[in-house]
Amino acid sequence: MTEREVMEYDVIIVGAGPAGLSCAIRLKQLKPELMVAVIEKSAEIGAHILSGAVIEPGPLDDLLPGWRENPPPTCIPVERDEIWLLSQKGRRRLPTPPQQKNHGNFILSLGAMCAWMAPQAEALEVDIFPGYAAAGIRYTENGEVGGVIIGDMGVDSEGNEKDTYMQGIEIHAPITILSEGCRGHLSKQLIEKFGLDRDSDPQTYGIGMKELWQVQPGKSKPGLVQHTTRWPLDSKTYGGSFIYHLEKDRIAIGFVTGLDYQDPEFVPFEAFQQMKHHPMVRDLLEGGEILSSGARAIVEGGYQSLPKTEMPGALLVGDSAGTLNVPKIKGTHQAMRCGMLAAEHIAETGSWQGFDAKFRDSTVVKELHKVRNIRPAFYKGFWRGFLRAAIETITAGKLPGTLKVHADHSALKKLDGYTAPERHWINRDLPPRDRLAAVYFAATEHDEDQPVHLRILEPDVCITRCVEEYDNPCTRFCPAHVYEMVEESGDGESGANRLQINAANCVHCKTCDIKDPYQIIQWVTPEGGSGPNYQNM
Amino acid sequence: MKILVGIKRVVDYNVRIRVLSDGSGVDTDGVKMSVNPFDEIALEEALRIKEAGNADEVIVVSAGGDECQQQLRTGLAMGADRAIQIQSSEALQPLSVARAFLKIIEREDPGLVIFGKQAIDDDNSQTGQMLAALWDRPQATFASKMVVNGSSATVTREVDAGLETVEVDLPAVVTVDLRLNEPRFVKLPDIMKAKRKPLDVVALDELGVTVEGNIEVGNHAPPPQREKGVMVEDAAQLITELKNRGLL
Repeated sequence: MTEREVMEYDVIIVGAGPAGLSCAIRLKQLKPELMVAVIEKSAEIGAHILSGAVIEPGPLDDLLPGWRENPPPTCIPVERDEIWLLSQKGRRRLPTPPQQKNHGNFILSLGAMCAWMAPQAEALEVDIFPGYAAAGIRYTENGEVGGVIIGDMGVDSEGNEKDTYMQGIEIHAPITILSEGCRGHLSKQLIEKFGLDRDSDPQTYGIGMKELWQVQPGKSKPGLVQHTTRWPLDSKTYGGSFIYHLEKDRIAIGFVTGLDYQDPEFVPFEAFQQMKHHPMVRDLLEGGEILSSGARAIVEGGYQSLPKTEMPGALLVGDSAGTLNVPKIKGTHQAMRCGMLAAEHIAETGSWQGFDAKFRDSTVVKELHKVRNIRPAFYKGFWRGFLRAAIETITAGKLPGTLKVHADHSALKKLDGYTAPERHWINRDLPPRDRLAAVYFAATEHDEDQPVHLRILEPDVCITRCVEEYDNPCTRFCPAHVYEMVEESGDGESGANRLQINAANCVHCKTCDIKDPYQIIQWVTPEGGSGPNYQNM
Repeated sequence: MKILVGIKRVVDYNVRIRVLSDGSGVDTDGVKMSVNPFDEIALEEALRIKEAGNADEVIVVSAGGDECQQQLRTGLAMGADRAIQIQSSEALQPLSVARAFLKIIEREDPGLVIFGKQAIDDDNSQTGQMLAALWDRPQATFASKMVVNGSSATVTREVDAGLETVEVDLPAVVTVDLRLNEPRFVKLPDIMKAKRKPLDVVALDELGVTVEGNIEVGNHAPPPQREKGVMVEDAAQLITELKNRGLL
């Protein structure tokens, strides 16, 4: 192998989401002489971004004063908040808890917002490279992080070089910022290598699925923010939906399920689709069409799960660290603030050292500390969680004590001895019919002739232990139907199954890497530019 | 020898096309735009001809609004030497584009002009042929193989009956098909180099070309949706169902 070509920067940022772009913009505002680059695995900025999204505008005001005169393409002030407790056919309005009051906030597409931020960063001479995946970390001679290695392109499924082979380059920088979002694959490696989570609880996650709908005229009430909880979930499963009313008769609808669910037969995608058939929601969607759909894991661990955010040569920002505020159902403002904080630290000190202390003392962490016991309270079921959440909210998190957080993959129960709750789910008729139909709306694309980017570390487990213990839950928790048990062809009689990985369907949500009970699925970056092509998500 | 390559900014091939509810066009709001894939193949071939020592300069040309500079930059990052934007805020039909290209040809005097065989948005497959006629030079369309030998080029064409090989005197117009080559990936440092390569902007009226609308688009409509299927128990029921629908 020939020596890789090298590009040098002062700061290299991995991931062009709200944290990474805020960091880049702030760096150039404070120190224009710094050479800053952002690399992004999606073909276009924003194409791998999926969020509700209702955002708090504070950090935007801070980062880009005057943005209100030139707002992102979709940006609607929130007019009204509603929270509904659903049963299968009924509903009851709940009072809106203070964290979820959205007065002064905006409904927007986070993907479109990132696509709108990128040119503003470029105007400050940040180099942004969409379509290039950071496949590995480049370490310096003394073991510090010294940049990233871009993935090779044009490698076939057997690992051989194709005619179009292009070796990925190395980007060298004294400071690397990991802003990969939830469960970033490089962040995961670094957290492990440097033991960054030694003093924190495990990170926990949820799986969020979203669809953008064009509904019949008059049904969308622009500025209305609705959230629902309970049905179709059982009381042991955390989650709920969001329904954001946009302009031009569009509605963003989504469903989030805590990945600490217990039922091995549970299908998060199906829960989302069932929720859409509640009379209140169905009425909105009927007669409309889906414009785009997708899924993404989100961070839920909060304060207890924050790893150390600095290591030699690198920083974790945004959801690479896990700054999302679950009770608020918002992460963008936290990610942006965190990115800006990292930039301010670097501009001031020229170093990664000392960032973690500054981070712990910042409003980002203070906000998480206040709500630290709300999400874990729901481990004990919906109503006990609800009660505790109310107490924690009234006391603003000042009560002593911090509840423990448990890893999601260990929450799954084995089939033996587990009885799933009766779900009373109905036959559906709203699109999409199934997960494959949903993937179609994600416009996901991977060259099929490339190495499978979902690596199974112990393939034998899938066809032996996992079949018996969990009935291959990957075939159910994956929202894109990547994992499939198929009958081994050839010998006919034996009926032996094998795990087929339809990697080309992958929407890069990372759920498999998180929820697999044996932790043997490893998500790595496919060829740069692969993956979903979300529009306005 | 100079090679001129025409590239068009189109909705990316991965995007699910949606027709606007009023039928006036397709929805391009927030939609990913790319270089027409056939034009990428055209550019790849031009670069290979240059790399083989049979051309000195590759120029990418696009007609459209300033947003098409993004696609010209992609062309420069792939390896083109310079770019020309024929600036027009109006939607252009093939004849206008061909007339504008003729003006560029008069300025640049290329030995070869390569286009994709068609753009994936309107699928016209007309610009190359029209240009050859206006220019009064030979054309070889739907190329799946091409070899430049001095003052001529041997081009294998994909035709209904199979393959046809023609030889054209240069200068000529060639339009290329899918199987000609596989375009290269862009190297990251080349994106930076592309930012410094020249990109000239020429207004359409500066070239003395007026926009002609000799094709009028009536309406856009999505294909009819597939009707819901019915599961039948047996052959007898299938026959009944088919008869009920007047299909048997």
